[in-house]
Amino acid sequence: MAEAAIELKGISKNFGSVRANRDIDLKIAPGTIHGIIGENGAGKSTLMSILYGFYQADRGEIFVNGERAVIHASSDAIARGIGMVHQHFMLVHNFTVLENVILGAEGEPLLKTSIAKARSELERLERDYGLEVDPDAVIEDLPVGLQQRVEILKALFRGADILILDEPTGVLTPAEAEHLFRILRQLKDEGKTIVLITHKLREIMAVTDNVSVMRQGALVATRKTEETTVEELAELMVGRRVLLRVEKGDAHPGDFVLSVKNLTVEDMRGVKMVDDVSLGVRAGEIVGIAGVAGNGQTELLETITGMRKAVSGTVTLDGAPVELTGEADPTDLRRRGMAHVPEDRHNMGLVLPFEENENAILGYHWQDKYVNGPFLDIEAIRRDAQEKIEKYDIRPTDARLKTANFSGGNQQKIVLAREMEQDPKVLIVGQPTRGVDVGAIEFIHKRLIDMRDQGKAVLLVSVELDEIRSLSDRILVMFAGRIVGERGPDATEGELGLLMAGVEEKEAAE
Amino acid sequence: MSAPYAKLPAWADYGLIPLINLTVAFIVAGLVVLLIGENPLRAAVILVDGAIGRGQAIAYTLYYATSFIFTGLAVAVAFHCSLFNIGGEGQAYVGGLGVALVCLTFDSVLPWWLTFPLAILGAALFGAAWAFIPAYFQAKRGSHIVITTIMFNFIAASLMVYLLVEVLKPAGSQAPQTRTFLEGGQLPKLNWMLEAMGFAVRSAPLNVSFLLALVAAVLVWVLIWRTRLGYEIRMRGYSPKAARYAGVSEVRVIIVTMLISGALAGMMALNPVMGDQNRLQIDFVTGAGFVGIAVALMGRSHPAGIVPAAILFGMLYQGGAELAFEMPGISRDMIVIIQGLVILFAGALEHMFRPSLQALFASFSPQAVGAEAKQGEGA
Repeated sequence: MAEAAIELKGISKNFGSVRANRDIDLKIAPGTIHGIIGENGAGKSTLMSILYGFYQADRGEIFVNGERAVIHASSDAIARGIGMVHQHFMLVHNFTVLENVILGAEGEPLLKTSIAKARSELERLERDYGLEVDPDAVIEDLPVGLQQRVEILKALFRGADILILDEPTGVLTPAEAEHLFRILRQLKDEGKTIVLITHKLREIMAVTDNVSVMRQGALVATRKTEETTVEELAELMVGRRVLLRVEKGDAHPGDFVLSVKNLTVEDMRGVKMVDDVSLGVRAGEIVGIAGVAGNGQTELLETITGMRKAVSGTVTLDGAPVELTGEADPTDLRRRGMAHVPEDRHNMGLVLPFEENENAILGYHWQDKYVNGPFLDIEAIRRDAQEKIEKYDIRPTDARLKTANFSGGNQQKIVLAREMEQDPKVLIVGQPTRGVDVGAIEFIHKRLIDMRDQGKAVLLVSVELDEIRSLSDRILVMFAGRIVGERGPDATEGELGLLMAGVEEKEAAE
Repeated sequence: MSAPYAKLPAWADYGLIPLINLTVAFIVAGLVVLLIGENPLRAAVILVDGAIGRGQAIAYTLYYATSFIFTGLAVAVAFHCSLFNIGGEGQAYVGGLGVALVCLTFDSVLPWWLTFPLAILGAALFGAAWAFIPAYFQAKRGSHIVITTIMFNFIAASLMVYLLVEVLKPAGSQAPQTRTFLEGGQLPKLNWMLEAMGFAVRSAPLNVSFLLALVAAVLVWVLIWRTRLGYEIRMRGYSPKAARYAGVSEVRVIIVTMLISGALAGMMALNPVMGDQNRLQIDFVTGAGFVGIAVALMGRSHPAGIVPAAILFGMLYQGGAELAFEMPGISRDMIVIIQGLVILFAGALEHMFRPSLQALFASFSPQAVGAEAKQGEGA
């Protein structure tokens, strides 16, 4: 076999006392797609940042095509033929595709000649790799999938032979993701080496040749993809056996507890974010709203929970209307039995600099059991928080620790514990497992099913299609602010994916 | 991509880092003293001796510190709500009007210990009222509180000059000030306290409002960390979105916080007006409102930090006056420079030495610091 495209020897990196990377050895064969999988905080991004020159390793060596490489900055990485496609695109929104591609590689002070050269080079790249994008289109007019293509073109334009993609499918519809994988396979056939960082097991199985698993800063295993299974990888990631599919019995839905009728919401510019949406959630069922991020789910949740102004329509909670002026009192809604696990855990659901016990009463701090007149009953609050920590297996088990020091999964458990323990009638949950590790996902899913079985009405919004499919009793698909379809829990991914892309859009089905 | 830094033990966080910052501020200040051709060591000795060398000096230091505790607390309370109240100067000035009106009304009929509570009320009410208008505009109209409070400092200054010259000045007097309060409007001095500890004090303005300042510090602690209101203030301060989600009315919490902040700033007036000069004079605040910002920054908005920070600035004020007197090369402006450096290093550059200190601590005891960030994984 030829020289490894990338070889890492004994890479270690500490941040203070946090060991982000521990003695990592990794060989990536040229002309392959190599997956790197691991939970949030396992050290994947740190490792790639070292390779791309954002961080320096404390110890260890990097070899590129057999040659020892010292990478101090991303320019060194680019010079070695390494390109990176970031999770959050690094594009200038009001520039054209061409302008973005040459940004930082303009070459000469006068743009005219370099633009002309870049245009022909870009056309060649687009032709060779099947990456068609109009070079004169402005970035903000392009859909997300095409913006990502521009990122890939940028890397290729700089002569990348080795492409690193960091969680590339987070913002894509299933169809767009499938298209991306086709592009990656084609790049591989052209002899490029691709490193794919992800936490989604399905993607690894779908597209990679080899896969390395990271856990707590260490590289725990490397496998040939065809010789491994999803179950084995999950176990390697978490360090124990994981139940990937949620076990649940049949739903026994009762009466409608939450009803939304003809709800329309506009943003500040007057663009319709939620367009004539009607839906109902019955006691004892989970209704899932599927959709690509940014299709109005956030606005829908915020309006139902009284935090955003509606243009028209009604929301009824247990027979009584919810105020939709955007000035509704969240405390009143909580009293009436509406619990809300917000999408934006970091800014809305929690106050990260607070101690854990202070977050455990957020929104319920007016309740008699937590106060003595104007004073907080600190003893009661801490005792209560400690009970929830035990019941929801929140770790570390210290109710006085700052919330920012908990991992994503445990932070989410703090929010869930708070909202579920209120014994609500309706539970509204946004992105319950975003940024949450596999082990905690299992726990959270079980608790949501428990809530349903206790007769709560659960409205679930998630961009993770797997999650929607395994939890929901009914699935609604949201696209461009509208509910474009309703399916049962047995709907196929392809069917839902098509709805998520807007049925009319034939491009998605090509 | 966040770079997780190790957590420091509390004593390093609240003790060592301020100490390092302060030391650096004084080293740089020493260089400035060197630059103008004076001996920085001698200057330091004069400054410290002038601030705490004798009973007399200590009494003056604590007198200045009293004002700074009030204004520091005022700024800190607003900080907790993420509001930057730089109107302490004006609120204290108007607070002085409240004190003077109470004293002028009751000084002939009530003993001081009955006038005092009324004067506290007057100071707090007038200070709060002056903070209310910017607070209302911030809460309802989104007018930035930094801009409005600083504007209100100027309005307060003009208003007070007008009132002192046109309304409050006794007929026939040339000085823009009220008449001197009678005994019922004068706070007892605390010099006996220092004398009881063996210090000699000739005459110094330290008075019972110092004790009130300490009580206020304790009450602010209770307010911020032990009451529902304080919880809501901090919630709004850290995350307005979370406060909205939790059903905390932003309008209400902004206005209430600013009223408390203004009341504390107003109470600063008790110290000079009722405790020392026994009359309301022009410009009696002399920058204490602004020093409060530095005190709150340095004390990290915690009463336990504000009190020592206020005493430190009291030392700079008192020792600085001595220094200007002893060393002709050093003017009062030099003291302002030192104060500025303290603010720069303790406030603005607060995090300058933190990363290297954290690395140092981590290398000593890798398990003791910051380990909890990892334990939470994979639950």
